[in-house]
Amino acid sequence: MSVRSKVIDAIQQIAKEQHVTLPALSDDLSLHETGFDSLAFAILVARLEDETGVDPFTISEDAAFPATVGDFVRAYENVPA
Amino acid sequence: MSPREIFALRDHLGAELTGRTLSDAHTCVSLTDILSQTVLGGRLRELSGRSVLLKLSDQLRSGLAMIELDGIARRMLLCPPDLNPAHLDALIADAGIDAVVTDEPDRWAGSGIALIVTAQLPLVSTAPAKTERATEWLMLTSGTSGVPKIAGHTLEALTGAIVAEGPARGPAPVWATFYDIRRYGGLQIFLRAVLSGGSMVLSDPHEALGDHVARLKARGVSHISGTPSHWRKLLMSGSAAQFTPAYVRLSGEIADQAVLDGLKAAFPNSSVGHAYASTEAGVGFAVNDGLEGFPADYLGNRNGVEMKVVDGSLRIRSTRTAHAYVGRNAAALTDDDGFVDSGDIVELRGERYYFVGRRGGIINIGGLKVHPEEIEAVINRHPDVRMSRAKSRKSPITGGIVVADVILTEGTDPARAKEIRDQILERCRAQLASHKVPVVIRFVEALDVTPAGKLARTDA
Repeated sequence: MSVRSKVIDAIQQIAKEQHVTLPALSDDLSLHETGFDSLAFAILVARLEDETGVDPFTISEDAAFPATVGDFVRAYENVPA
Repeated sequence: MSPREIFALRDHLGAELTGRTLSDAHTCVSLTDILSQTVLGGRLRELSGRSVLLKLSDQLRSGLAMIELDGIARRMLLCPPDLNPAHLDALIADAGIDAVVTDEPDRWAGSGIALIVTAQLPLVSTAPAKTERATEWLMLTSGTSGVPKIAGHTLEALTGAIVAEGPARGPAPVWATFYDIRRYGGLQIFLRAVLSGGSMVLSDPHEALGDHVARLKARGVSHISGTPSHWRKLLMSGSAAQFTPAYVRLSGEIADQAVLDGLKAAFPNSSVGHAYASTEAGVGFAVNDGLEGFPADYLGNRNGVEMKVVDGSLRIRSTRTAHAYVGRNAAALTDDDGFVDSGDIVELRGERYYFVGRRGGIINIGGLKVHPEEIEAVINRHPDVRMSRAKSRKSPITGGIVVADVILTEGTDPARAKEIRDQILERCRAQLASHKVPVVIRFVEALDVTPAGKLARTDA
């Protein structure tokens, strides 16, 4: 499974658990518009860390938190192996 | 004016000693003629008026030494087996120790403490001693990092709850506890055995649980106490079968409904009660209605124990509390009104108070305070769960998130793990605020329990 589809799967799974109705997930959708609150993002980052072994927001000291879904996915894609 | 009469342990051991024993996994000591025997090699006189460190490798000799020393020594400091040796010097200085009772005299040879007395079995004959004074009992607090605090008690304070309950009805009880008797919870049971005319079966840290329970059965144990973690471990082991104590007691941690129900199911003919006590606050109360928490009308003054709730924390004032922390830089033990702040946070729901956790054990989730115990209580109520531990995990988004480690009941089909996880999460979402719902649930085989019998909460 590609990194992108792992991230999208996790977003959809957590949306279901948190009773969040997601709009269509395009790359330029702002994270704010996903309907996720900070707790939902915290859950997402923790789940992805368990699945992929990385947490790009803790590793990188200067990483600004992503603004869009595309930024978010790329943060995981760009982690050096 | 005559001085108030002082009772020491020996004065509770005057009559009806026949048939009573104190035993561990290796040795059984008869209490018949115990007052004319010595574990101290007959050197009790030398310890008169001294501040004695009781540093022994086993509970049996410790208990026998307590019986001899109480009423003779000025004070005795009980050392639990897990005491960090690096803290000994500070404790010796704070307690003004000038004598040591030990089974390893060689280790104390160059210590600078003049009087070293070796405790040894078998007992040898000696002339019975007479009570001279009210000995101060010094106990170490558990659960603190760094040097433990020394809480000062008297025998009168330590036995206040036992005397208030009066003698046990029916045949003399045979007491046992999973605790070590050099900690408050275990000492309570030892003192009950001494005062109630019964016997006592001591635990052994090196003994397998199944062997321990076999020994409890063989010795006819009727009354037994432990922490909820001790009891969950017993329930998980499958060793409880055919063990039929009359009285099962929990203390030292929150007794949630799941563990109370689990014990009632495992011991259908036993009465199951939970007690609230701590090294500092002494014995507060016992709850025997089979329900978690305690009735709201326990607050106020009840049987000489006064309780109130301040900022959510239970405060207790009674003659059973410790009277002071001992040491040069010791903090005050009570507030200005003489109440001990337990640091145990309670919450009123309907007509009952429920324990929600320790003030110091709060985890921070995005600025919101969470007691791990309230999450565990919801998880533990799932019928397939035996025990759980909630804790925080670092999150770059909220600072922390809740994760939980869960032990399933024995014999649960591992293939059902996903289904059980979903059910647990569903319950948590229904009963807890969203930030308290675990983000990750992990199924584990075991959870760490501290030497004091409490669930280890290293991150708290």
